[in-house]
Amino acid sequence: MRAVDLRVGVALALLAAAVLWSAQAFPVVPGQQLGAGFLPKLVGTGLLLCGLGLVLRSLRGVAYDDPVAASSSSWRDIASALLILATIAAYIALADKLGFLLIAPLCLLAVFRVLRVGWAPAIGFALGGTLLVHLAFYKLLRVPLPWGVLPPLY
Amino acid sequence: MDALATAFGLVFQPYVLLVILLSATYGLFVGAIPGLTATMATALLVPVTFFMAPVPAVAAIVTATAMAIFSGDIPSALLRMPGTPASAAYADEAYALTRKGQAELALGAGLVFSVLGGIFGVLVLIVAAPALAEVALKFSSFEYFWLVMLGFTSAIFIAGNDVLKGCTSMLIGLLISCVGLENPAGAPRYTFGNAELMGGISLIPLMIGMFAVAEVLRFALAREKPVMAVDRPFGNVFAGMWALLKKYPLQLLRGSTLGTVIGALPGAGADIAAWMSYAISKRFSKEPHKFGTGHVEGIVESGAANNSALGGAWIPALVFGIPGDSITAIAIGVLYMKNMNPGPMLFVENPQNIYAVFIVFIVAQLLMLPLGWMAILAAKRILRVPAALLMPLILLFCIVGSFAINNTLFGVVIMGVAGVLAFFMERWGFPVAPTILGVVLGTMLEEHFFSSLVKADGQLWPFFERPIAGALGALVLLIWLWPLARRLLRRAPLRSA
Repeated sequence: MRAVDLRVGVALALLAAAVLWSAQAFPVVPGQQLGAGFLPKLVGTGLLLCGLGLVLRSLRGVAYDDPVAASSSSWRDIASALLILATIAAYIALADKLGFLLIAPLCLLAVFRVLRVGWAPAIGFALGGTLLVHLAFYKLLRVPLPWGVLPPLY
Repeated sequence: MDALATAFGLVFQPYVLLVILLSATYGLFVGAIPGLTATMATALLVPVTFFMAPVPAVAAIVTATAMAIFSGDIPSALLRMPGTPASAAYADEAYALTRKGQAELALGAGLVFSVLGGIFGVLVLIVAAPALAEVALKFSSFEYFWLVMLGFTSAIFIAGNDVLKGCTSMLIGLLISCVGLENPAGAPRYTFGNAELMGGISLIPLMIGMFAVAEVLRFALAREKPVMAVDRPFGNVFAGMWALLKKYPLQLLRGSTLGTVIGALPGAGADIAAWMSYAISKRFSKEPHKFGTGHVEGIVESGAANNSALGGAWIPALVFGIPGDSITAIAIGVLYMKNMNPGPMLFVENPQNIYAVFIVFIVAQLLMLPLGWMAILAAKRILRVPAALLMPLILLFCIVGSFAINNTLFGVVIMGVAGVLAFFMERWGFPVAPTILGVVLGTMLEEHFFSSLVKADGQLWPFFERPIAGALGALVLLIWLWPLARRLLRRAPLRSA
């Protein structure tokens, strides 16, 4: 944890510096000494102190008990998590173009396969899940899920 | 009285009752699946409640969370895997009971004392909230400023054992709340020329990301194969409960009281209430050596505590708009969407809605007995549902839900980023609850600070001038300075020696 704390502390201090620098540019409320920059300045100062605190603490080697120990995930598992994020990104990029009924089963199928679900249940649940969500949100709740390349059926 | 009659009318109609029943089933299911939390259940429910009237919307959240917190006990007892973090405190104990062949006792105590604790929390809510609202009507921006500060303080000092990391989490939340136009000068902050960011970071997609997507990612990274401890049909789970009640009345009262108080404190919810209660139960027990070996006393006390915390958390949420836990943080967002803006005026203008919420709370607790029992009977089937089949569907639900709040894909972007953020925060030991509190209360903090400052003409002493503001302010300063003072006091004799 110490090494992580050290790196996170440095990153927080850098973030704090950026926040403090950006806060200079925010306008004040007319007739007041403070303005839009006040809270960012406060947050920036606080983050700077916390970041430095983390750095100092890990340099001094103070062992803090953390509930989440750095677990040893295999590369395969890390790739799984990254693939799930990539699926979300693909949905964002392609939903409007392809339409919900095309992109959703593809995304579902991808995540099922990432989690090592067999092909047959994966395809079945991908199609069924898409239909269910479409009916619940588009039909029942009237959320305008995009149709994309498909002609609006109703 | 008219308002009360109206409230009964609002709750007891087929549509609302159906919503309660469905959300109860949903809550029991989500709570029973390890890795799916009560907060996640709430976050996923919001896009659906978005399309309901205020009373059924709140009813859905209240019912689902109460059920989820109880049913989290089921996999604790059967798999030694808490269904929600709120059951983690006594998962070992419940599992040990099951191993001794007393699964019925573990599950029955979980159910019955969840209901009793839950009812206790609701009764306190019903008595305390209107009384507090009466006082809060006289509050000015000074009192609200200190209340928000007290909220942050309790989130940092109570919710975690690492003040530095808790503080960092809260500041990250405040930084997120800075985004957008909503500030005293009305200037765009951190919008980077993006029109979607002008309105700020949308709370619901953020919550869905932090509580659901982060969980899906965690699941992808670490999969455990649980082992079912019982392979026989359950007997009567209610047997022996009356004897337990007669044996441990003090434990029930102590757990419920502590749970309600912890629930009411911002940033700390059912999970922390359960941990503290379990520790207290062991400390004051006549048989502390039995704890951990399958002793039901701790389950009685902390099982009551985590459910009473739910009612307690609604006290500051309804009266001040300050969430008592992560669940009410989401609920506050729903209240705002439904034009039921939390605050003392809600009790004056819309008492029937408040009463309706109270009635729903009681109905949910009473429903928990039969439905919870059915969930226990169905437990083995529920627990056989492979999480690998659920997680992708949950992810799609997250995506569509985040989209549905503002009908924009930007919500999905917020969701994804928040999911990654929460995943790493948790992994590196930063608590997520203070961040949520920072996001929810950031705007409130800034607003009340500025109007106070204008009233005070730039001076600081008026912040302490009014009696309640002064007392709250002193309390906040005391909590912050106490660790420092204690350290100085400890060092002083060393130096003189």
